[in-house]
Amino acid sequence: MRYAYYPGCSLERNAASYYKSLMAVAEKLGLVFQEVDDWNCCGATEYFAVNQLPAYALVARNLALVPDDLNEMVAPCSACYVNLKKTEKYMGKYPELARQVNEALAAGGLGYESGRLQVRNILDVIVNDVGCETVARDVVKPLAGLRVAPYYGCLIVRPENGFDNPEYPTSMDRLMRALGAEVVDYPLKAQCCGGHMAQISDKVAYELIRRLLHSAAEYQADVIACVCPMCQLNLDAYQANVNRHFGTDYHIPILYFTQLMALAFGLSTREADLGSEIVSARKALAKIDVELPRQEERKPKKRPSKQALPMPVMPVEETN
Amino acid sequence: MAEDNGRPSSRNAFSEEVIANTPGGEALRLCLQCGTCGGSCPSGDDMDHTPRRIFAMIEAGQKDKVLRSNTPWYCVSCYYCTERCPQHIPITDIMYTLKRMAISDGLYEDSDAPDWSQTFIGRVEQFGRSYELGLATRYHITHRPLGKIRLGTFALDMLRRDRLALTPSSIKNIDQLRAILKKARELEGAQ
Repeated sequence: MRYAYYPGCSLERNAASYYKSLMAVAEKLGLVFQEVDDWNCCGATEYFAVNQLPAYALVARNLALVPDDLNEMVAPCSACYVNLKKTEKYMGKYPELARQVNEALAAGGLGYESGRLQVRNILDVIVNDVGCETVARDVVKPLAGLRVAPYYGCLIVRPENGFDNPEYPTSMDRLMRALGAEVVDYPLKAQCCGGHMAQISDKVAYELIRRLLHSAAEYQADVIACVCPMCQLNLDAYQANVNRHFGTDYHIPILYFTQLMALAFGLSTREADLGSEIVSARKALAKIDVELPRQEERKPKKRPSKQALPMPVMPVEETN
Repeated sequence: MAEDNGRPSSRNAFSEEVIANTPGGEALRLCLQCGTCGGSCPSGDDMDHTPRRIFAMIEAGQKDKVLRSNTPWYCVSCYYCTERCPQHIPITDIMYTLKRMAISDGLYEDSDAPDWSQTFIGRVEQFGRSYELGLATRYHITHRPLGKIRLGTFALDMLRRDRLALTPSSIKNIDQLRAILKKARELEGAQ
């Protein structure tokens, strides 16, 4: 199975773990991804807030760059996926928009006709093209006893993306079950992580993140499996801030679903690219006998004197 | 069109402008004021006005109040409202339209969100890809100097795990992308 592959900016650095684990898993499953040459940013959730036609044209350049012999385009990031999918769809639905986008693309010698490509999310490809039964055949180290909370977020299921239920998605649940994990069915699995809110209002963002962590913790999840770099970043990198803000003590590692697949396929922790998550997964993964190297040893810090001026409190690091 | 006269008037210039600038925006005329959007919104509690109320205000021609509200900026693009709207109003897209109109009319009061968007697209237009550290630094230093301490620990955590790009990565054919965006801006201006 061969697909045009659109990585998106996050997978180059912030979500390199997603990229590396995805490639390792894809090789195992016989999926061939041909990266779109010279792709550009999809505009995330920002470009549409500033200019409309340039935002569509920005996305459409990527569609136009896919070689003629490929008719399916795969995006791992949820925001890239929704932008590519929406632009593709709107160019078919709104002819005037398509005409203008094409007039803009023509300034760069490109063009795109709606219907030529099918935009797919990577979870859709793995669950529906490869299939959970095939995935199960490659499992050599089942995730038995690990309680995984699949977190879908918003943009792979809404608006009406077709491959899973927009309110109560289950595709990743089935996939995680195929890996032998104990799947946690919790109510907020398709709720929002806050998206770019952390840059705009801490208070609003932290509450959105807190709700998700709370919901997963209530159902005793060991780990949250996610499909999107933005979700991963919000839940992982801001978890300590959330704890500080609300006086809570959540400690839930946030991994990409492809990292869990890699582990179940018997690949090494290096191939699964574990260790760049900020909330350590060491304790959770010990449940399935996966040993993670300790995150770099930190020198013990001197406790600030009570007499000193009040200082910002540092997040508490896991010690085992 | 008199503003804030408390009298709903269909076909006011503001509502027509919102509709014209949103693909599929005509559905806005069918709003039932059922409130499913506000009830589905994860950040609805923090908005000045729920989406339902914003639509009533658009219908009433209250351009200034609508564009000055934080509502569109607190939209997190989760598409729950769009998915659930019984009248198939593209609500998330309308929020994007309101953001654009607020920027072009200079009518926003929450200054952080539009600046974040504009900083982001500035990077994209310069390099073709988003450049995390440059973006965050520029944005925080220009707009939220007091937030720098917190950003520091966050950036440090990210850097220690090699998750933050220190140098921009540019696409090869940046001239082509710029030509496309320039043309698109011209066409949009000509609308």
